[in-house]
Amino acid sequence: MRRLVAVRLLHAVVVLLVVATVAFLLIKLAPGDPFSYESTSLTAEVRAQLRAQAGYDRPLLEQYGRFLGNAVRGDLGYSQLLRVPVTKAIASRLPNTLLLMSLALSLSFAFGMLLGVFGVRHRDARAGRVTDRATLFVYSLPDFWLALMLLLLFAYWVPVLPAGGMVDPVMHPYMGPAEALWDRLKHLILPLTTLTLLLTAYIVRYQRAALLEALPADYVRTARAKGVSEGAVIGRHAFRNALLPMITLAGLAFPLLLGGAVFVEKVFSWPGMGMLVLTAISVRDYPLIMAAVMVAAAMVTLGNLLADIAYAWADPRIRTR
Amino acid sequence: MTSARARFGRLDAGTRVALVVLVVIYLAAFLAPVIAPYGPTEQLDIVGLKNQAPSFAHPFGTDRFSRDLLSRVLYGTLVSLSVATLAVLVSAVVGTLYGLVAATAGGVVDVVLMRALDALLSIPRVLLLIAILALWDPVPLWMLVVLLGITGWFEVARLVRAEALAAREREYVAAARSLGATGVRIMFRHLLPNVLAPVIVTTALNVGNVIVLEAGLSFVGIGAREPAASLGTMFQDGTEAFAGTWWGALFPGGVIVTIVLCFNVVGDALRSSLDPRQLGAARLGTHTAHLRVASATAE
Repeated sequence: MRRLVAVRLLHAVVVLLVVATVAFLLIKLAPGDPFSYESTSLTAEVRAQLRAQAGYDRPLLEQYGRFLGNAVRGDLGYSQLLRVPVTKAIASRLPNTLLLMSLALSLSFAFGMLLGVFGVRHRDARAGRVTDRATLFVYSLPDFWLALMLLLLFAYWVPVLPAGGMVDPVMHPYMGPAEALWDRLKHLILPLTTLTLLLTAYIVRYQRAALLEALPADYVRTARAKGVSEGAVIGRHAFRNALLPMITLAGLAFPLLLGGAVFVEKVFSWPGMGMLVLTAISVRDYPLIMAAVMVAAAMVTLGNLLADIAYAWADPRIRTR
Repeated sequence: MTSARARFGRLDAGTRVALVVLVVIYLAAFLAPVIAPYGPTEQLDIVGLKNQAPSFAHPFGTDRFSRDLLSRVLYGTLVSLSVATLAVLVSAVVGTLYGLVAATAGGVVDVVLMRALDALLSIPRVLLLIAILALWDPVPLWMLVVLLGITGWFEVARLVRAEALAAREREYVAAARSLGATGVRIMFRHLLPNVLAPVIVTTALNVGNVIVLEAGLSFVGIGAREPAASLGTMFQDGTEAFAGTWWGALFPGGVIVTIVLCFNVVGDALRSSLDPRQLGAARLGTHTAHLRVASATAE
């Protein structure tokens, strides 16, 4: 077990190094740099000065070394857009994404696993087929499309909910505590519904597959032979074994928790990580873009690492190896 | 060999409908230059025909530049389908080569190639594409195809490697090797035919996903753009003022959803008929591949 963790950690470090290198090369290969924007007030000398200040005139290898050194020390550069260190910009948006995503993920894992069991339990009945079809339909909806349709429906045609943002931009500071909370909830409903619907569909499919894979196993046959009801066979015996793939899924979902869903945040103007990246891109804030890519990659790596460890912890067959 | 018609007849109704719809959409898109009533960027009458609701003359309505939306959607489908189809082809070729080389070479080369693959897989595709497209903005359409292609081959490479590793142990490969066949010859003559079928299936089914991906990128303004507007570009365009002119977003968006839904229905049917033993597992595609790898290394 300890050896497995050590090996996985080493892999994670290598992966992050490769990602950092890719990020660095991307920046260097891209045409232009942060100081090549058009401006009449910028003379060639000033530009050169600015570049020298940022270290852009040094040899590439030296720049690479400094980039890596800074990244290791947690210094990801300075955002030109927000005029604060990149880490600070990320820290200011992270709670918003975390709020939305933790709610969406908890709800969808709960619904998804329940519906997955329900669908398999009634797989030969009408209810099961309806669940199956509905899941496939929702699963096929692009996130930005569903987000916009819900927005159109509930913010324009039946204007019961706000169209975007986290709070009412004008009235929120003047609201009492209860009213302010309701205001926040109202803003949360649409993005949360969009994400929960899509993630639930995803999880149901996963759960269903895992359950169906567990059904031909010997212990399921044993359970049936000794007269366990079909509901308990699926809900208890198969379900526990189908939980293992859920660990992988949780690992895959981990980056979403902190990285946010770019398109959904964009549609609902949710001021989270995804929006931050999009804004950074629209004004070509290079350090912020690269930091976002690296942070996201780190999240994926961490998610995989945690999933691997959790897998080994939960499954003795892996642990004993 | 069963005839194609007999096979088609054995599919369930939903799958048949999905297949037919896909064929119709592909045909309509590729016949767009012939059947579209107007050009995609043709401004009919900027004063009199602006933002017209759907009617007999303009079944999908017109947009704020008085362009006929039916024609635009037809051409946009053509762009979306072409971009996605070509991109998955690029992915298939790169992924197949990578996986074959890893499996044939084995040893250290295999380990290094697979570790590199892990690293590449850990960069979220959407974010990487957004970063690249924004840094090189504006990107020509063929470049968009290449970018979508070279960020989508990782799963193919894993699949191919796994299949090729299995095929490598067969007797005919040993026979070929003892006859003095080179590694390259074994790779292309003996391993490639074995991995082709699963590659073609996953590739074909991925078209739907890539259409969504491209549409998403176009939706934030960095994918396909005028004059080669895709469905995503049009959907974005339609949402700009969509409260009043709902048709501008509804029809391009509807086509995207229809295409993806059909691909997923066909995919589900295909996977469960290829692998009836486990009705579910294979349905997950990429993520089961991940699972498989995890459990394969664990056993």
